[in-house]
Amino acid sequence: MTHSYLSLENVGMDFTVAGRSFHAVTDVNLSIARGQYVSIIGHSGCGKSTLLNIVAGLTRASKGGVILDGQEVNSPGPDRAVVFQNHSLLPWLTAYQNVRLAVDKVFGSAKSTAERHDWTLHNLRLVHMDHAVDKRPDELSGGMKQRVGIARALAMEPKVLLMDEPFGALDALTRAHLQDTVMEIQTRLNSTIIMITHDVDEAVLLSDRIVMMTNGPSATIGEVLEVDLPRPRRRLDLSDDARYVGYRASVLRFLYERHAKPEAA
Amino acid sequence: MSTISENGPVARVQGGGGLSALAATLQTVLTRALQKLLDLLPLLLALVTLIGIWEVACHGAGSSLPPPSRVVSDTWQLIIDPFFDNGGVDKGLFWHLAASLKRVAVGFALSSITGIALGVLIGQSSLAYRGLDPIFQVLRTVPPLAWLPISLAAFRQADPSAIFVIFITSIWPIILNTAVGVRQIPQDYRNVARVLRLSPLEFFFRIMLPSSVPFIFTGLKIGIGLSWLAIVAAEMLIGGVGIGFFIWDAWNSSLMSEIILALVYVGLVGFILDRVITVIGNRIAGRKVS
Repeated sequence: MTHSYLSLENVGMDFTVAGRSFHAVTDVNLSIARGQYVSIIGHSGCGKSTLLNIVAGLTRASKGGVILDGQEVNSPGPDRAVVFQNHSLLPWLTAYQNVRLAVDKVFGSAKSTAERHDWTLHNLRLVHMDHAVDKRPDELSGGMKQRVGIARALAMEPKVLLMDEPFGALDALTRAHLQDTVMEIQTRLNSTIIMITHDVDEAVLLSDRIVMMTNGPSATIGEVLEVDLPRPRRRLDLSDDARYVGYRASVLRFLYERHAKPEAA
Repeated sequence: MSTISENGPVARVQGGGGLSALAATLQTVLTRALQKLLDLLPLLLALVTLIGIWEVACHGAGSSLPPPSRVVSDTWQLIIDPFFDNGGVDKGLFWHLAASLKRVAVGFALSSITGIALGVLIGQSSLAYRGLDPIFQVLRTVPPLAWLPISLAAFRQADPSAIFVIFITSIWPIILNTAVGVRQIPQDYRNVARVLRLSPLEFFFRIMLPSSVPFIFTGLKIGIGLSWLAIVAAEMLIGGVGIGFFIWDAWNSSLMSEIILALVYVGLVGFILDRVITVIGNRIAGRKVS
């Protein structure tokens, strides 16, 4: 890590439940370089979503802080666009209007109306959704909705793209399709991405680094795995690649041997 | 049916494609009209049966209520000429209904604006909710006419008093439904707004209103129904031109047929008001409002 673009410093989060305060997340230190794809993996309840929300600015950390490109994060903003787990498209707007809302808000003064129109369509094309610009979310499949959600986030030209289990609600085939799209876009735009996931294959396939979280309470980073696989990556070639299998095994060992979920029988 | 299809070729011989197209259009129009008629058949049947029972029940000479045939013959002048105006309160039914509708329009417009604003307030702020909701819950159970004496004392005039009664009657469902609509805005939409840094005004118009429109219109629908209930009752007491007073006046003159005719009109207008709000709501929301 020569240059740190995004850094989490001593981040901790306390929650108060029934009058008793407990540490949900403690002492998270992480630094991410520009253009890196980082996955955060862990069992449910390990505070990975909390961590993402802190980076997004949607939740305030109880301790420590987040610095992005030399500036401290203390509120949500379009420079940290979020792709929500359940797409969060506004159902009364079409695919185009959903993206356009973000474009108008972020580039309202910087781009002309025609430029904003083109930029909206450009981003929908990027996620292969230019055929359905005038469809409302309820006319789109789950995968398509998530594509529009990604287009909306990309259209903000964020410094870092935050994805909260973006493919969690999708079936396996749709998920694979969408993972390929995201890889393709990341190669093209060199985006910095933090993705929450609980899928080991997804983490190894997509990431440059995998951040593995210990179980809560007082969850923290247990281990960071550097995934040194050449890009572009193709899932078929990787399935019997020795290094891929090795990375996969070490994540599995972390999750199911050393930090198996206590109550999981 | 068979005559139309037989006419088809004949028409083509005489006037070319235009006439046969006309015949085809005529056929679809007729088929549609027939379908409509079939759809309405159960309603017509029920109406005929009910009116028949009424006719038989009130047929006797000593009957205290007139049968439908007498209602129609007694009020024939009112039915065919709703627009006469002999000055004072001696006006056609159209003018009475118009006067009532005007009061409803003013009162309901005021309660819509105030109600949506208050609903947004208690929906957004839990402090306002805890402070105001219990008060609203108590006030909304006060019957419309119980407000009339206070209203008369405060305004000292019939018209503003009636309008106030409509306002205070219809505002509660609007407030409470709007508040529910605002409170149910999914956290995801709020997060989207925060990431995009929408201003409070942008949030209001781009997220809050569209998201809670179905709820708001449910409130408006209940509100307009209550307004119409309240105005007829209030007008009975305050007098002047208006359908409520028309009924009261007819009662004082023992004109039962006129009362029954007025009831039919009151029912129909109330139904139309309800439909109008539903249609507007569906238009705005772009989806169905229950």
